Amino acid sequence: MRKKQKNKNLVIGIVLVSFLLLLLIVSFFYLPYPPNKMDSANTLAMPSREHLLGTDNFGRDILSRIMKGSWLAFGIGFGAVTIGMVIGVVLGAIAGYFGGWMDEIVMRLMDAKMAFPGVILALVMITVFGNGIGNMILALGIMAIPRFCRITRTGFMQVKEMEYIKAAKSRGISDFRIMVFHIMPNISSSLLVTFTLGISSAILSEAGLSFLGLGIQPPHPSWGRMLFEAQSYLLTDPLYAVIPGIMITILVLGFNLLGDGLRDYLDHRMPQREEKA
Amino acid sequence: MKKMMKRVLAVLMAASLAVAGTGCGNKEKSTSKKTDTIKIAVSAEPDNLNPMLSAASDTEGIMMNVYEGLLTFDTDGNFLPCLAESYTIEDEGLTYKFKIKKDIQFHDGKKFSAKDVKYTYETLAGLNGEQPLKQVMADVLESVETPDEETVIFRLKHVDAGFLGKCIVSIQEKDYKEDETHPIGTGPYMFKEYIQGQKVILTKNPDYHTVESRIPEIEKVEFRIMTDNNAILMALKSGGLDIATVEPENIEVLGKEFEIVEDMRNAVQLMSMNNTVAPFDNEKVRQAVNYAIDKDEIINTVTKGHGKKLESFLSPSMKAYYKEDIKGYETDLEKAKELLKEAGYPDGFTITMKVPSNYQEHVDAAQVIKSQLEKVGIQVDIQLIEWAQWLEQVYKNADYQASIVAHTGKLDPQDFLNRFTSTYGKNYFKFSNPEYDQLVIDAASTTVEEERAKLYKECQQMLADHAAAVFIQDPYLIYAVNKNFTNMNIYPMTFYDMGSVRLKK
Repeated sequence: MRKKQKNKNLVIGIVLVSFLLLLLIVSFFYLPYPPNKMDSANTLAMPSREHLLGTDNFGRDILSRIMKGSWLAFGIGFGAVTIGMVIGVVLGAIAGYFGGWMDEIVMRLMDAKMAFPGVILALVMITVFGNGIGNMILALGIMAIPRFCRITRTGFMQVKEMEYIKAAKSRGISDFRIMVFHIMPNISSSLLVTFTLGISSAILSEAGLSFLGLGIQPPHPSWGRMLFEAQSYLLTDPLYAVIPGIMITILVLGFNLLGDGLRDYLDHRMPQREEKA
Repeated sequence: MKKMMKRVLAVLMAASLAVAGTGCGNKEKSTSKKTDTIKIAVSAEPDNLNPMLSAASDTEGIMMNVYEGLLTFDTDGNFLPCLAESYTIEDEGLTYKFKIKKDIQFHDGKKFSAKDVKYTYETLAGLNGEQPLKQVMADVLESVETPDEETVIFRLKHVDAGFLGKCIVSIQEKDYKEDETHPIGTGPYMFKEYIQGQKVILTKNPDYHTVESRIPEIEKVEFRIMTDNNAILMALKSGGLDIATVEPENIEVLGKEFEIVEDMRNAVQLMSMNNTVAPFDNEKVRQAVNYAIDKDEIINTVTKGHGKKLESFLSPSMKAYYKEDIKGYETDLEKAKELLKEAGYPDGFTITMKVPSNYQEHVDAAQVIKSQLEKVGIQVDIQLIEWAQWLEQVYKNADYQASIVAHTGKLDPQDFLNRFTSTYGKNYFKFSNPEYDQLVIDAASTTVEEERAKLYKECQQMLADHAAAVFIQDPYLIYAVNKNFTNMNIYPMTFYDMGSVRLKK
């Protein structure tokens, strides 16, 4: 019974994410219209054969913008979480492996970071360093550091006490080699789960920032930005707002379910954790 | 005697209404209840209830119902007598002599007289020995004299053609100290209450008779502070609001229960180009941009046609000064490309456009302009920035290439045209032309109306000739007015004129 439940999460997650990936791949080769091409004679059109999802207030094809928007969503999601993971894992590994004052410094830094609400920090960064996709990815990446740092640190602290690490140490293997080749593989699965979940929260933050009118600059078709622009037409043309809303929902739900499903799946395969639970 | 008659008549009418009312029961009652209060949306919290200390135009628009000036203005921006009965200009424009109206009272029952005018102007100009509250007043006013209760004489330091525009300032009661918490003026409505973050409530001034067309009819006015467009729409539809400004795209949502009143708002939306920064330091490039931009398309998509196309930096709201037949720029892509080639940019260039993120109409216009300029090879990189940053970077420091914003005027064309003079502190266009400066100076010191208008018209043509900016449109101010009410006027400056609003019969 429980096993079925787990599979369900994973399956739905995979289906949703593959749908988006498919959209992304198709958009590399084919877009119905240039996403920023305006047609002032044909604004806020309902779905038709020419425009499958209708057009927006500038007469731009919504489907093309949604497809192009998937580049931004995936680019920002993967970019930001990768930055967060690299920095987080390095810091977490140092803190967990060496302990002592290094641990203190890293963890207090993380505490300080976590004391800020993420979106506020991103807002501050964007205000100081200026708008742009690069800065946005950086800001969201920094937001993602603490969760990776903490998970890595815990994993390192658990594993470094194990017999085989002590054996490796006594054989004189360098700290770096132990960290990378002996300990890292043990935590890679939980990092994978965090990575997947991180993507959905990064994209949600991006949508949030773009919705606030910061973040992605027009006319780039970020889904959050599209939602923001659609809000003035909520009563006249609700479809325009519903479409990017649905896309964000699919993406966030997809990655969340994928993450949850992966965790359950991997937990199942990891005997030492199941014993504890 | 006449007043007495009126009162008797009013009582009789009220009695007859009451009798009639009993006949048809509840129906009459509910309609009378609906219309004795009018609720209107304003977008910003009042900054200060004391007009001398307030700087926000929204606040001024509300408080002009409570306070009045010596003069007032009509919807075309012409000056009309208000607290003043008449005025004469003497000494070739250096002396203004006002005869003020008798038998006008402040809301607390004290009689209005020349000494209140003197008090107000001396406080504003700092002639009472303190810091001036309005520098523009201090710059021009030499002294204020009151030979008797009904005469006020202003002596100016120099000729100021815009001085009549300074005669609309709210006259406050001498020795009354609580204007900040409980304002008292002479206007058609009396201040009742201000609930922070929610509303300002005014009630009818039953003794009002200063300006006949503004004798109030509705018992109570509530200015509701609301910012969210969708919330405003919902409130209009549910009866929580009677009057509000709405966006063009939402007009059709409101349907038949509302009358749409719209007119130019005396504003100019423009794309500013930094005249000292490459490539816009080249006049030909600026002209090319003007030829490449299709203003009609901007108006059709951004304001859905609810805007007046402009060719220079003055709105037709300024009827007397607006130049109808400006030679501007018809959209012509070939000509634009040719000019770019002549200027040495045959392949175009890339510019960054800083747009304030809180104004959707400017962000939208930026997107349309981006797609239009692409056609002649100019790439636009839109950068949205916060309003505070815009003020700092663009408006104050002119650290930008291009931007989009709207400037609003008051009653004096000087407010607009002065912005392009090289001596103006916030001339972020960096337009500099000694000939233009001289024209504006000449116009400001000419009190002969026709001559002044002629000079200002020359100014407008000059700005268009040199392509100082891309002047786009005057976006309409659009009021949705509940069908129970009528006669909501639109003025060249923010003024929620509730005294003129009438019940629909």
